[in-house]
Amino acid sequence: MDFAFTQEQEELRREARAFLEANPDAPLSELRELGWLGVSVPEERGGGGLSFVDEAILYEEAGRALYAGPFLTTAVVLPALPEVDEQAWSAEMDGLVPHLDAVDQVLREDMTVVPAEGETLATVDETRPLGRLELVADNDYPSLDGEWEPVRLRLLGALALEAVGVAQRALELGVEYVSQREQFGKKIGTYQAVSHPLADTYVETELARSLAYWAAWCVAEEDPQAPVAVAAAKAQAAETAVVACERSIQVHGGIGFTWEHVLHRYYKRAQWIDAFGGHAAVHRKVVAAALLD
Amino acid sequence: MDLRDTPEEAAFRAELRAWIESNLTDEIRRGRFEEAGREWSGKLYEAGYAGLTWPKQYGGAGAPYSHQAIFLEEMARAEAPPHLGVIGLGMAGPTIIAHGTEAQKGRYLEKILSTEEIWCQGFSEPGAGSDLSAVRTSARLALEGDRFVVDGQKVWSSFAHIADWCILVTRSDPDSDRHAGLTYLLVDMHAPGVEVRPLRQITGEAEFNEIFFTDVEVPVENVVGEIGGGWQVAMTTLLHERGTLGFALTAGLESQIRKLLALAKERGATEVQRDAIAREWIGLQAVRYTNYRSLTTLMKTGIPGPEGSGAKLWWSEANQRVTKLALELLGPEAQLLNGNEQWAGYWQHQQLRSRGNTIEAGTSEILRNIIAERVLGLPRSR
Repeated sequence: MDFAFTQEQEELRREARAFLEANPDAPLSELRELGWLGVSVPEERGGGGLSFVDEAILYEEAGRALYAGPFLTTAVVLPALPEVDEQAWSAEMDGLVPHLDAVDQVLREDMTVVPAEGETLATVDETRPLGRLELVADNDYPSLDGEWEPVRLRLLGALALEAVGVAQRALELGVEYVSQREQFGKKIGTYQAVSHPLADTYVETELARSLAYWAAWCVAEEDPQAPVAVAAAKAQAAETAVVACERSIQVHGGIGFTWEHVLHRYYKRAQWIDAFGGHAAVHRKVVAAALLD
Repeated sequence: MDLRDTPEEAAFRAELRAWIESNLTDEIRRGRFEEAGREWSGKLYEAGYAGLTWPKQYGGAGAPYSHQAIFLEEMARAEAPPHLGVIGLGMAGPTIIAHGTEAQKGRYLEKILSTEEIWCQGFSEPGAGSDLSAVRTSARLALEGDRFVVDGQKVWSSFAHIADWCILVTRSDPDSDRHAGLTYLLVDMHAPGVEVRPLRQITGEAEFNEIFFTDVEVPVENVVGEIGGGWQVAMTTLLHERGTLGFALTAGLESQIRKLLALAKERGATEVQRDAIAREWIGLQAVRYTNYRSLTTLMKTGIPGPEGSGAKLWWSEANQRVTKLALELLGPEAQLLNGNEQWAGYWQHQQLRSRGNTIEAGTSEILRNIIAERVLGLPRSR
């Protein structure tokens, strides 16, 4: 049993954090130049030859920085291609395509590949637009060899990791704020009605992180537990991120409710993650079936 | 990162599992608490499973913490009875190893491992619960300077009714206040003036005791650490109580959830109940893997990772939810003590017992303070 990242992986995390904090709106091409696309694809297919556990670090850090580009959707599709290409990718779930306006190709559940054409819809989280594909009737779209299931697992697993990054940042913002804001002549973090919700967020974020890493390891190892682990991680991490943001907004008081403060962006991303691919209850249904039926 | 047992861990697990198979008899499993507990604890000692992580020089196995984790998992899986010497093995022993004299180590440690002597803990008092620094049990140094005379009352002591020794936090300087002036003593529970009274709890049974000390003489060689330096010693004990707890608790919750799943399959569950069951199972995996992360850090650095600090807090509330969920699955029969032959009062007892989980070994409020102040670095609340 060794449940820790290696020194090389921690180094990747430091690099990713520094870069994404400074460049949350960097174009996807810059992330490609850094070697962050296709990390988990074997070298003979043009990838980085590492595993989904390495890639997991990037998803988490992208969430923490609220990275705006189509990194996640591209990275989860690349391992399904015969060879890593230079295009931006997305995948369709429940008729919705993240970043439809910013990608070149879309992979669908039947493994057909469709050009990214269609209507982009207004979304609550402005940094992660959704669109609906415009499909041409009777068009013989090319399709990829292989199955959708591994793509689905990578996509949901990556969202769980991203949610952990969101929860972590919401917690940090809350801790920073209550450590300096004073009311009644005291730092408000001394009041237990303020500090205890943040302690709960810490515990829940660490629990969600463990699930997300477990799921990432299962995906990387093609472990038979992967579908249940991913369902568990997506359910718990998304809910944790939503609640973490809500508690952080609350301890910020009025400033946390403003448009100018960054928290609402994290909150909206958390809700986006929770909704896409099914809310937590949908995934718990999968877990319940595995346990009880 | 590799979440599988290493070949060495897998071998230890297989050997342990086989040992349990051939040694955990039905008599021990269903036997009376003390008799069966003594027999079981003796067997564990003979097989070298007592004090797994204790250093070899003190009779332990000197094994890595991962073995202790595997041990606790396998014990829970087999529904083995608790080791009678848990206070000695997990609290008194490590404290004596850290702060005791060579004479104390020689006198006590081997008998803790063999369960020849059973230990209890005298920390909480009627007026000192979460605030341990408020202890008033007094230890007056006799004029001859060779012994303390102890007077006072302790409460919530498990095993005190069968214990031979007590780790006791006393106030040795009557003019002192809070953390200063405390002295940590090892007290013979058979000494004149020690009286143990069972404390009947919410479940109707008496798992804990009150201990009354009236002019109890304790030789000065039974002081652990410095006279007046008892607070630091007590913190070592509590660190061990909370530090080694995570895996034991998670293993217990795992067995509880296994029973919950059996109950749900037997009685049927609504969609809402299925959702709640899935939620608890997910929480169990989360806390289990969080323990593994903390354990990995412990094995690499000697200090457990901070993420493990939430394990007891989460476990206590999860156990309360799980047991209530079981009562809900039983329906109106949940109010019948013996309404259901197979479970015969099990869940009713477990549910009431679970209310203590958020109070014992650090209330949830204290644990949240600790996380807020020591992990998140928030300003102190007091």
